[in-house]
Amino acid sequence: MKKVYKLEDLDCANCAAKMERCIRQIEGVQGATVSFMAQRLTIEANEEDMDRVVREAAKVCKRIEPDCSIVM
Amino acid sequence: MKEYLSKKQKKQLVRILVTLAAFIVVFAVDKAIDLAASAGGRYGWLLPFGLYLAIYVAIGYDVLARAAKNIAHGQVFDENFLMCVATLGAFALAIYRGVAGLSIEGFDEACAVLLFYQIGEFFQHYAVGKSRKDISALMDIRPDSANVLRDGEAIGVSPDEVEVDELIVVYPGEKVPLDGVCVSGASTLDAKALTGESLPREVGVGDSVLSGTVNLTSTLTLKVEKAYGESTVSKILDLVENASEKKSHTENFITKFAKYYTPIVVFAALALAVIPGAVTGEWAQWVYRALSFLVVSCPCALVISIPLSFFAGIGAASRYGILIKGSSYLEQFEKANIFVFDKTGTLTKGNFEVTSVLPEERRQQILRLAATAERDSSHPIARSILSCCDEAEDGYTLTNEAGMGVIARRGEDEILCGNIKLMSAHGVRAEQVDATGTVVYVAKNGVAVGCIVIEDALKPAAADVIGQLNAMGAQTVMLTGDSPEVAAHIASATGISRFKASLLPADKVSAVEELLRDKSPRDKLCFVGDGINDAPVLMRSDIGVAMGGIGSDAAIEASDIVLMQDDLKTLPLAKRIAKKTMAVVTQNIAFSLIVKVAILVLSALGLTNMWIAVFGDVGVAVLAILNAMRVNTKYDKKKD
Repeated sequence: MKKVYKLEDLDCANCAAKMERCIRQIEGVQGATVSFMAQRLTIEANEEDMDRVVREAAKVCKRIEPDCSIVM
Repeated sequence: MKEYLSKKQKKQLVRILVTLAAFIVVFAVDKAIDLAASAGGRYGWLLPFGLYLAIYVAIGYDVLARAAKNIAHGQVFDENFLMCVATLGAFALAIYRGVAGLSIEGFDEACAVLLFYQIGEFFQHYAVGKSRKDISALMDIRPDSANVLRDGEAIGVSPDEVEVDELIVVYPGEKVPLDGVCVSGASTLDAKALTGESLPREVGVGDSVLSGTVNLTSTLTLKVEKAYGESTVSKILDLVENASEKKSHTENFITKFAKYYTPIVVFAALALAVIPGAVTGEWAQWVYRALSFLVVSCPCALVISIPLSFFAGIGAASRYGILIKGSSYLEQFEKANIFVFDKTGTLTKGNFEVTSVLPEERRQQILRLAATAERDSSHPIARSILSCCDEAEDGYTLTNEAGMGVIARRGEDEILCGNIKLMSAHGVRAEQVDATGTVVYVAKNGVAVGCIVIEDALKPAAADVIGQLNAMGAQTVMLTGDSPEVAAHIASATGISRFKASLLPADKVSAVEELLRDKSPRDKLCFVGDGINDAPVLMRSDIGVAMGGIGSDAAIEASDIVLMQDDLKTLPLAKRIAKKTMAVVTQNIAFSLIVKVAILVLSALGLTNMWIAVFGDVGVAVLAILNAMRVNTKYDKKKD
């Protein structure tokens, strides 16, 4: 399944690219894109993994850009 | 400018202005009277050091804090960190000079670099925020609420709570929230946000109304036909919101480039400081040059301006009712140079129309006789005759002669209406007419009266659009299931260069595959269809363009670009937008790289200072962003 989340305060384009790379490496993620312009995160993962994946993705975002947060 | 500033940005702006003013005062006084010398003594340098340090902390505390936080998170090569190393390095050098008793320099530079960095960042955020807002305003078709009639009262609810078959009221000035049919009232609708069509449309009872249009003049009551999730407006929003997933090659290249660029520059800086420093012993000079490297090592100009250009291109296109499903399609479409068109429904209207009546002077009589005979028929040809004549006479008995036409009898009168076979079967001598369309002959009481030529008429913009594409140097190809004669006629009327006729629907895929095989790898094939029965071809071609996307789910799904108007005229416009976007992307890549490399080389040679380097970082980013925003301009005028 695919889910789309809004990212708040995503200010740095390079960070968006880094987030995308790191989120793709989370176990169970089949595909992920971070759009800097649209401030949007799309994650594709199996339904049973989704909750965990999103929690980890939120941590990744915080680590790379502390101001940025995923709107659940 | 003010309306775009958030509270945070306003605070930031004040902070920048205050520190800038303080910096200018200290800088001017220092240059005029040399603070270190006037303080005197061995520790004279502490006076300018203290003043500049205060300014440095005032402007840079957040950068320092972020850098510290990011290092704690294991993010080393981040721009905050690089800025801190460069400026703190400059400070350290200046302190070293002060302690060593050399002339004082470098404090002002460290402050200025950080100040400029903050100003540049501020502009970047402002510009990005503004274009985000501008572009999302273009796509603002989401309805806020629906006034649903329940127990005789209109109550405002969220559009997704309204069920099919409920009645909704749309007041003037409101957006239509759900697809429906008008059951009472008459008004004018503006579909500009949806299709780019600027001409408002009149609707009355019985007309269907699409969600996302704006009711202009008077209140309408609609019967809801589709739930919100199935309505036009939410399908389009879905499409627009997912557009960010399909990233272009250029964007992916830039992200990859950025991943290697920063570490390489940082290690080069390290090498530049250590190796020549150790060889010559002039540490201060080489460390200073290396610090300039760090300032330009952030790839921000590229990483921001490239996606911004694509975003602006997609936004500009949506203003004209062109939906592009991702930046990769914009990139591909720019290269498209073989345009393959489906004939029926794309180049032609797909419905039959009476194009001439022969002889012209008996037009009314011929049409009336034909309408009388065909009045009960639902055949498309019969419908086209009935649509231009409503004077059908009553009392005739109609008999269908399969494959030939209709015979209408009333008392002694007998009307024959059909093809030439019908005429000869009844012994009527009719003069055979050569025409590309279908010819319907009409006879009364055994005497030929005349004939009607019915054709699938060209869309008004077709010839103009083909002309523009040909002028751009593109090949144009038409695919059709019709006979070669009809195809040749349409081809010459539109100026299309090649055609393949007598194709069965399944043959279209193989015809496109053949074209794909024959083209050189650099050519890109774009198929344009009306979305009916051509989903497989849309998927197979390099770029699939579906027209009149509203309503055809399969076409929206299968295509890469959707023209919301059922008309080709936005196709050359889409091409122009794609060209402009890619031109700006190329300029930005070239400009940013050239400036950065030049600054790197000049810094290594010691020909620049940190002031120039900071321009290479934020200055270039701001210029590239401004350039990217040029993409989102008006394209109505023919010439760019």
